[in-house]
Amino acid sequence: MRHINHGSVVKRMGIRMVLNKTFKAIFFIATLFALLALGILFYRIISQGIGFISIDFFMNFGSRIPENAGIKAALVGSLWMMAVIAPVSLLLGVGSAIYLEEYAKKNKVNDFIRMNIANLAGVPSVVFGLLGLTIFVRALSLGNSILAAGFTMSLLILPVIIVASQEAIRAVPKELREASYGMGATKWQTIAKVVLPSAIPGILTGGILALSRAIGETAPLVVIGIPVIIQFLPDNLLSQFTALPMQIFDWAKRPQEAFQSVAAAGIIVLMMFLLIMNSIAVIIRNKFQKRY
Amino acid sequence: MASTEQSAKMSVQEMIAKQKGRKGKKWLEKSIPIILFIIASISVLTTFGIVFTLIFETVEFFQRVSFFDFLLGTEWLPFSNKEPLYGILPLIAGTLKVTAIAVVVAVPFGLASAVYLSEYASDNTRRIIKPILEVLAGVPTIVYGFFALTFVTPLLQQFIPELKIFNALSPGIVVGIMILPMIASLSEDAMTSVPNSIRDGALALGATKLEVAVKVVLPAALSGIMASIVLAVSRAIGETMIVSLAGGSTPRFDLDMTDSIQTMTAYIVQVSTGDAGFGTTIYYSIYAVGFTLFLFTLLMNWLAHVISKRFREEY
Repeated sequence: MRHINHGSVVKRMGIRMVLNKTFKAIFFIATLFALLALGILFYRIISQGIGFISIDFFMNFGSRIPENAGIKAALVGSLWMMAVIAPVSLLLGVGSAIYLEEYAKKNKVNDFIRMNIANLAGVPSVVFGLLGLTIFVRALSLGNSILAAGFTMSLLILPVIIVASQEAIRAVPKELREASYGMGATKWQTIAKVVLPSAIPGILTGGILALSRAIGETAPLVVIGIPVIIQFLPDNLLSQFTALPMQIFDWAKRPQEAFQSVAAAGIIVLMMFLLIMNSIAVIIRNKFQKRY
Repeated sequence: MASTEQSAKMSVQEMIAKQKGRKGKKWLEKSIPIILFIIASISVLTTFGIVFTLIFETVEFFQRVSFFDFLLGTEWLPFSNKEPLYGILPLIAGTLKVTAIAVVVAVPFGLASAVYLSEYASDNTRRIIKPILEVLAGVPTIVYGFFALTFVTPLLQQFIPELKIFNALSPGIVVGIMILPMIASLSEDAMTSVPNSIRDGALALGATKLEVAVKVVLPAALSGIMASIVLAVSRAIGETMIVSLAGGSTPRFDLDMTDSIQTMTAYIVQVSTGDAGFGTTIYYSIYAVGFTLFLFTLLMNWLAHVISKRFREEY
């Protein structure tokens, strides 16, 4: 056996230590890049748009004149859309998750459903827009209404909600279920009265995060043909409407310099909206999630 | 009050027997799984809906435009009055340009962040940086698009004077920033799942942390890292709003990064915001382009699945 040459090990030691230190610094700086990008992004948008935020901005409809442009229709439209997405996607998502976690036996059909959900999560949002255009807007003749957009968005975030709900349901300990069965409860009673109540914080957290993704999503709305200049508020689910990201997209595309600031102001409103939703999700997670 | 007295006299066994006899409960227990199965099938129906929609409308498109012209044509001029040309290659070129730049930006920074977070960072640092990455991943793409158009492009123009307002470079970089958190967090997951005993073994033999990271952890986590990159590429290919705002609408089949381009997704947006009537060739063309896009992302997702399945190291 060859002996280790002590001299050469010592000689290499110095450079190896230096390399380690250098790369640690490089890795750290690279990590800061993401931070820096986020910082610049927020700084730019806030400094550009904050001057436009005023009461009028919330009270006015869209306009061709930047000074008069407001976000009222878009903000209300996004809220209406949320009122469709939240119940539809939660019902479908939680229902699917309960089926997959509690009832589904290991067979080909259920494996196919699982694989399909994973695949659906990777489909680009613009393709969901094409689905919505064909099925909801044309085939079911819902037009470019709140309902059509809400259904399309619900399907878009469905995989995310299913996966989050599955995780929440899986985290409920077995002992709780067994105790419930031991008391003579049936399977559905156990699910409805034991499993779901303790999984609800996790489901809501995942659900709100998915919902905030749907609120910020633009591409499907564009493809469905959601208009941007709307001078009235929607009054039912089949009304035409516009939404925050649509409005921002329209402003950002306009060549006039002033509309850039209006777009930035719109982005501030959208980001505040998302910030509030994410904070609620974090509060629910921290406050109600039990550790077993 | 007679009924309460009666039930007080009943033993528990009798009560259970009575409950079991009730028709309603049994019916409920039997129908719930069926209802839930129907709900769970909606996700499958969605996939079928997407595939059939795309196929039907694409078939309609190919009755008007030859399949080979579409697949091999190097000019995409659907709005030409004289002779519209539908060659998909320029749109694919635009998509690949943006994706390539995004990968060049996101992979080094994403992997470096992942190595730092999993191998070097203290718990406290990780607690600060991970939520920031999550925020970055949650920023809507329309915001990134605005950022690319109004900040990154003017900034780049100071260094590259010939850069046009709409180009491939700026949206490419911003798409890179968008997919960076995905690569960082998925790769970090793959690295942290490498067991500590292997790390300790290498450290005990005298390896530095860098050597452990590069020669032990990276190879062991390679399948997860590759899968994360492929998934991120799939996201970049399907990204729509950034390229619509900052990429332009000039389909071109070349390697020029400084001039206006058009990606597959941006074309779908352009037609959707315009007024191409239902039933025109242009209307059907967005489905053909959407189908191509769908195949690209499907291929990528399948590849990621295969990589993470086949090359996984089991411990």
